[in-house]
Amino acid sequence: MANVLVFTELHDGKVKPVTLEILGKLAGNTADIAVMGDIGADQVAELAKNGAANVHKLKGANLDKYSPEGYANALSEFIKSKNYDYVFGGATSMGKDLLPRLATKFQAGLASDVTNFTMDGGTFAGTRPFFAGKCLAKVEITGPKPHFVSIRPNALGLTANATAGAGAVSDTNANAGEIRAVIKEIIKAASTKVDLTEANIIVSGGRAMKNAENFKILNELADVIGATVGASRAAVDSGFAPHAMQVGQTGKTVSPSLYIACGISGAIQHLAGMRTSKVIVAINTDPDAPIFTRADYGIVGDLFTIVPILTEEFKKLLGK
Amino acid sequence: MNIFVCVKQVPDTETKITPTSDGSFIETASIKWIMNPYDEYAVEQALLIKQANAAANITVLRVGSVKDTEALRTAMAMGADEASLVEAGDNLDSYSIAKALKGAIEKTGKKPDMILAGKQAIDDDALQVPQILAEMMGLPSVSVIVGFELAGTTVKVKREVEGGALEVYEINGPCVLATNKGLNTPRYASLPGIMKAKKKPLAQLSLADVGVSEADRRVKYSQFRLPPEKPAGKKFDAMDAAKQKEVVAQVVGLLRTEAKII
Repeated sequence: MANVLVFTELHDGKVKPVTLEILGKLAGNTADIAVMGDIGADQVAELAKNGAANVHKLKGANLDKYSPEGYANALSEFIKSKNYDYVFGGATSMGKDLLPRLATKFQAGLASDVTNFTMDGGTFAGTRPFFAGKCLAKVEITGPKPHFVSIRPNALGLTANATAGAGAVSDTNANAGEIRAVIKEIIKAASTKVDLTEANIIVSGGRAMKNAENFKILNELADVIGATVGASRAAVDSGFAPHAMQVGQTGKTVSPSLYIACGISGAIQHLAGMRTSKVIVAINTDPDAPIFTRADYGIVGDLFTIVPILTEEFKKLLGK
Repeated sequence: MNIFVCVKQVPDTETKITPTSDGSFIETASIKWIMNPYDEYAVEQALLIKQANAAANITVLRVGSVKDTEALRTAMAMGADEASLVEAGDNLDSYSIAKALKGAIEKTGKKPDMILAGKQAIDDDALQVPQILAEMMGLPSVSVIVGFELAGTTVKVKREVEGGALEVYEINGPCVLATNKGLNTPRYASLPGIMKAKKKPLAQLSLADVGVSEADRRVKYSQFRLPPEKPAGKKFDAMDAAKQKEVVAQVVGLLRTEAKII
């Protein structure tokens, strides 16, 4: 049994789902939570239900907004005051930036972007993809403790019968220390949708979309089923979509419950980025397109006629 | 101004990956190696700085096997001034690589004003080395940058976060910046550039030279294997307009009744 700290991020006041995925998988160990600033009672209850023993709120000057140095300084001071064997976090934008820096403050190792793990005898052993999922490898951590782990969102899944924890809340004075990379401004994204890496449903368009304007039909479908819209490298390189929307080896690796590929042929580097999607639907006019080898449900047809029908059928199904 | 650019050599994105029979790594004999695509943006950014500041010099660094020196030669053909290669086996962890890069920088005797690197390498996708290097060197860092403006010693960068939102950071002084696609358009190496690159200095160092040993390993990777194959799915023909509605309704139905996903 290990003594574990899970760093959680809030999004619109809600705990990111990857935190609950991690807690569920840590059943049988002692898991505390660290969060920056305040957290609502309903969120504490959710964490406790999933196994959180203590919820530590770190509060101090210059910690209202993320900065790599400020968060790493504050968290390292807090972790040094405790006795954790492991520190977990989500492999989110923030987690990917913060955790390597934080781990290095302890000269400790970080297993990043882990998709599954065990804690037999209180020792971590994980699985992570290599080459964007073209192969998998076992990952273990050695050297000074605590050991650090980042978990890819949507990979573990939620545990249905989690063991509840006490969820005892306490405040900790935290010190951001010297911040040299100073955050000046946050420019909001045009879309308020959840990021591709954390999306439960993704609708993606490829070269066959022909232009940026045509992504409108994917947006309409996405709105009906609560999806985030993605794109293939071919579509991004042709200027139909920004790089932030790219799925694949040189874009984002995603693992939604449902991935709908529209007019995407399925280049090896695209397949690598979306192969862990639970269910894949592909729409393409070429019956021999490689995407069909990965699709659970393949529709050989023209996306410009199929997608609008799909939108209508989903509307009917969902009673919208 | 001393600029360092860290690059990695990785298999081309079209490469079919085959784990070795003992699972210790992957078969590397017939791989086509390229410079990690995200590192091209780092090299290009360094060259853009040098264009505006002729006194700047660019050193490219790489830690890895010597099977091919493609990545370093490419960077020098694009315009970097010199290079250091730290010879190391495959399957090294991020902590050891970062420590080796730090050692290689110190070996040059030059004090870094800026260290650039791709945000991640497309082999292990660890997304760790730039931040570890920054912490080891006591420097600030910003990762996943898609915007860059330099005015005097102050650099303003845009970091891309979830959903395409941007965090704007300002740093005065030396720093580590990790680049993302979209930052700039990397140039191609010209033929004269390729010829010149052959004469540019390339220092070769061992891990021992830069003070790295097996004791620096923090993460062990083993049991490399292919992911389980999915069973074949169902395919429906909807090229005929008369069948489209029926096929789509059937697939939507299956998503609910069979896949239980919606």
